[in-house]
Amino acid sequence: MVLDQLQRMGAATIHSVMGLGRAALMLLGAIFGKPSIRKGTPLLIKQLYVVGVLSLLIILVSGLFIGMVLALQGYTVLVKFGAEQMLGPLVALSLLRELGPVVTALLFAGRAGSALTAEIGLMKATEQLSSMEMMAVDPLRRIISPRFWAGVISMPLLAIIFTAVGILGGHLVGVDWLGVDGGGYWSAMQANVDLYQDVFNGIIKSIVFAFIVMWIALHKGFDAVPTSEGISRATTETVVTASLAVLAFDFILTALMFGG
Amino acid sequence: MESTLSDIMVDIQNLSFSRGDNLIYDGMNMTVEKGKVTAIMGPSGIGKTTLLKLIGGQLRPDSGDILFRGRSIPKMNRSELYQTRKDMSMLFQSGALFSEMSVFDNVAFPIREHTKLPESLIKIMVLMKLEAVGLRGARDLMPAELSGGMARRAALARAIALDPQLIMYDEPFAGQDPISMGIVVKLIRALNNALGLTSIVVSHDVTEVMSIADYVYVVAEKHVIGEGTPEQLRQHESPLVQQFLKGEADGAVPFHYKAAPYADELMELL
Repeated sequence: MVLDQLQRMGAATIHSVMGLGRAALMLLGAIFGKPSIRKGTPLLIKQLYVVGVLSLLIILVSGLFIGMVLALQGYTVLVKFGAEQMLGPLVALSLLRELGPVVTALLFAGRAGSALTAEIGLMKATEQLSSMEMMAVDPLRRIISPRFWAGVISMPLLAIIFTAVGILGGHLVGVDWLGVDGGGYWSAMQANVDLYQDVFNGIIKSIVFAFIVMWIALHKGFDAVPTSEGISRATTETVVTASLAVLAFDFILTALMFGG
Repeated sequence: MESTLSDIMVDIQNLSFSRGDNLIYDGMNMTVEKGKVTAIMGPSGIGKTTLLKLIGGQLRPDSGDILFRGRSIPKMNRSELYQTRKDMSMLFQSGALFSEMSVFDNVAFPIREHTKLPESLIKIMVLMKLEAVGLRGARDLMPAELSGGMARRAALARAIALDPQLIMYDEPFAGQDPISMGIVVKLIRALNNALGLTSIVVSHDVTEVMSIADYVYVVAEKHVIGEGTPEQLRQHESPLVQQFLKGEADGAVPFHYKAAPYADELMELL
């Protein structure tokens, strides 16, 4: 009984370590799969469009609403202390440090990550990856690498757009609706937001999240069991694992950046 | 089969391969002669596709060797393997066309990947290949718009795009209507003769295989159980080979999956 249990635990451990190894190999192949400029650039541009531009709408809408909600919630508390002129920094700092990178990564995992997993899983199931390999074309270089880099490039940009739109949304609610002084909104923000501490750290977070989300999404697709059930499981796993990983890494990064 | 070394395209020596605990091949030997259509037949589920993937180097054998033009596939490193694969080609059962590209771009794909030819020349090459399979008029269609038979022909055009020396067909006749089956049979033979190819056809469609193959291997129970030209094979003394060729429901391969005696099981239920 006990031995059986131990054996099962060992098998599960070996299984997960092997999975991690395969994922690492795939990541290395994608990063160092020296894409030639002549062939790689058009592929990258196409994926930037699919992964980045097509995610714009959901990012814009969510950013606007999150900024609006932040301003509304912040105002109700701040006004009690007569500190409503601090609404600008509140909105900007929450978005720059946390909500911008994190919510973008979560939305991105749901919008682009799941689509990538399903796409690659289906390519595997229909033997497209296998046939590419037989044509002496490395699927890591041809399929995985452009998607990976497109995600890593576009996600920080999307986070910046999300934050900017959120700040405008905060302005819309705070200044135009609730009557906070407009000049104060911007000037307090300027005085309290630090370029390195807040803006750069937010972007660094976003880059780290982009790596995590793309890695998980592409690996889950590449490693999917090539059946309809396997692909649906892989897609779900992408969203769940990527979201949890983003939140966990957010805590670690926040502790490193703002903890000390 | 009497042949000199240089006439052999693929030489499989004492090949063993297993998936998990499941032994698929145990000490199998097989040779594929240059310029011939060699067929590998056997019941489904014995890993015929696996064999093609072993030859293509996508899987590695547990033991034994696979020689392609005298060079060992399992011992090659990655770049040698990719170089070698340019000389071989595989037609997958589903066709495996790239779904986001048109038929033209699919056929042009290997040419664009491996050469730096100008687009005008690529166009001529692609149209030649498509003409050979009768799909020149379908060049602008997307794979989703093709019928199953057309998809396989388009995939065949892509497979011969770079004039490989060896082409492997994975179940080329499965799921085809009689007309497209006839077309594929004709194409395999015609391409083999016209382009000087060597072909390996993996299939369980006895009639079609016997009509085009120069040499046939029947694989079952983890190794080759019968081989020869189609005529020799029809005279084969093995009951298993005969059962397979004639398509009998019961015989050396029992109709029933392994089970306890029927009477015993019924008695237990009473």
